Amino acid sequence: MGNPNKAKAESGIMRWVDDRFPATQMWQEHLSKYYAPKNFNFWYFFGSLALLMLVNQILTGVWLTMSYNPSAEGAFASVEYIMRDVEWGWLIRYMHTTGASAFFLVVYLHMFRGLLYGSYKAPRELVWIFGMTIYLALMAEAFMGYLLPWGQMSYWGAQVIISLFSAIPGIGPDLAQWIRGDFLISGITLNRFFALHVVAVPIVILALVVLHIIALHEVGSNNPDGIDIKKKKDETGKPLDGIPFHPYYTVKDIVGVAVFLFVFCVVVFYFPEGGGYFIEKPNFEPANPLQTPDHIAPVWYFTPFYAILRAITFSIFGLDAKFLGVIFMGGAIAVLFVLPWLDRSPVRSMRYKGWISKLMLLLFAISFIILGILGVLPSTGGRTILAQVCTAIYFAFFLLMPIYTKLEKTKPVPERVTG
Amino acid sequence: MKKQLFALLFALLPVTAIAAGGASLPYSMEPDLADKESLQNGMQIYTNYCMGCHSLEYQRFSRAAEDLGMPQDLVEENLIFSPDLGFNDQMHIAMNSGDAEGWFGAPPPDLSLEARLRGTDWIYSYLLSFYKDPSTTTGVNNAVFPLVAMPNVLEPLQGVQEKVCAQTDRHVEGSELDPLTGKYQSCEVLQVTQPGKLEPEEFEEAVYDLTNFLAYVGEPSKLQAQALAPKVLIFIFIFGVIAYLLKREFWRDIH
Repeated sequence: MGNPNKAKAESGIMRWVDDRFPATQMWQEHLSKYYAPKNFNFWYFFGSLALLMLVNQILTGVWLTMSYNPSAEGAFASVEYIMRDVEWGWLIRYMHTTGASAFFLVVYLHMFRGLLYGSYKAPRELVWIFGMTIYLALMAEAFMGYLLPWGQMSYWGAQVIISLFSAIPGIGPDLAQWIRGDFLISGITLNRFFALHVVAVPIVILALVVLHIIALHEVGSNNPDGIDIKKKKDETGKPLDGIPFHPYYTVKDIVGVAVFLFVFCVVVFYFPEGGGYFIEKPNFEPANPLQTPDHIAPVWYFTPFYAILRAITFSIFGLDAKFLGVIFMGGAIAVLFVLPWLDRSPVRSMRYKGWISKLMLLLFAISFIILGILGVLPSTGGRTILAQVCTAIYFAFFLLMPIYTKLEKTKPVPERVTG
Repeated sequence: MKKQLFALLFALLPVTAIAAGGASLPYSMEPDLADKESLQNGMQIYTNYCMGCHSLEYQRFSRAAEDLGMPQDLVEENLIFSPDLGFNDQMHIAMNSGDAEGWFGAPPPDLSLEARLRGTDWIYSYLLSFYKDPSTTTGVNNAVFPLVAMPNVLEPLQGVQEKVCAQTDRHVEGSELDPLTGKYQSCEVLQVTQPGKLEPEEFEEAVYDLTNFLAYVGEPSKLQAQALAPKVLIFIFIFGVIAYLLKREFWRDIH
């Protein structure tokens, strides 16, 4: 029965299953015979941690949904009901709110690893693009989730972001109204965001994660040296510098999980508000459409892009500043998608790239962090100029990449991984 | 380069600290949820002086009784004044919000989450900063929340506080440092001019207890979190050590 070329158990229940479903085959392909480079370092923990956070968000999310009331009248009170009257409700909710921030943190570090070691370069372009699409879906998921507690910042944050769509010339105002489903953000908006947050977007994210991993396992993992381990194989066809993902990286990732969970739990139990950055203070007041908070700041993981949006205070080509800001903000994310084709360097890893690439990556990382900080602060003249400088660096990193990666002198890449 | 990045992150920390801070407040306090006596006293002050107007919609009497260690009969006798409220009810008020709006201009807000919204320093400072001001409808004003519609309901305890020109240890807005005494000279100093039932120190303590109680009400789960946290962290730590030893054993043959 079945395909004779597939790996199958000798006998027993597994054999019965394998004749009907490629369980052993899949186990081997993706875990026990998936050869990963043996020199993964610190930066390689964040992929499995992102998966852990995805599971955390889904499980805690399911339990929150059991007690949450998605209506403008009842949403805020139901969150407090979860915090006070539902058994372990406070823990489930804090795991979800802290989990959102932790998810973004590990995803940002995971993406930075990609930049550092050229994990986006051929043949891993699709791994990168699927990953970027996950990031995009994650931003939509987080944005819609933030409206659900129906606090002041939920309401006004959503108001600001949705109003960005109204800056699009011509169709803008109608588009914003179509998104809200109402003339202003109301219970109707809340209901549709709830549906998208708990059903539609999670399905998309899960599907994309599967695609991301299948694409990765098709081409194999990159490594800190950025070299192809499949080029050097032993007589049995196993890469000399590769080790089976299971058990080597499963046990290693579990250590990473323990360290991560320790820090995560310290935040969940002792600092669940994250100093006002994970749960913003105005969100302890129910949404009030008639009263705008003094200062509207998005949650920290959106602030770099928010800072780029606000940095555009001028108009060019007859486009007004607000719309131009939206274009720059969208462009800041869109440019990441084409990164595999911007990098013309013959080497993948930053270890063997020239000094210009290293300097540009450092400047890019600094600019991204500064933009993130500026995005939380009210804007002033000086801060706007700083944001403009950082925005320029952000784009220069990508748009000048075809030039500087081509120009610079790279170091010779070793034959085997260096650890 | 990794090191440089981390160095940079730390260099930027002060910027985020500034970002988190708000306007300066005259007083600060550190809530202490372990001090049950203070929390009980705070709840008593709340039900006697505040609950005429301010509800705690999300706080149940029974939960407070359990968390603060008060027997049911004592709570029912001393803290529940409305015949419509039972031990298991939330701390609702009888005042109609429409009426309240007519009387005060705005209905007094529910205070369940006030400590998390404005912070305990704010509540503490606000309650200590009422002063006599005949120009307002209530006859008092507040240095932290100017022209607030709320009268100084704690006046029987505090007495009458007035704005005077005096020297003070505390820096007040617009005050000047006297280099001889090391004190600040200001005409914005609040001083009790007609004593109330409590001495100023006793009153500050009462306001501390009240603020402490509101800190508890803002997040009753904090008591549970603090009790559970060490167990969880110790478990994860031991799990991590075992996981590390397992990893080391497996990786022994990888070079």
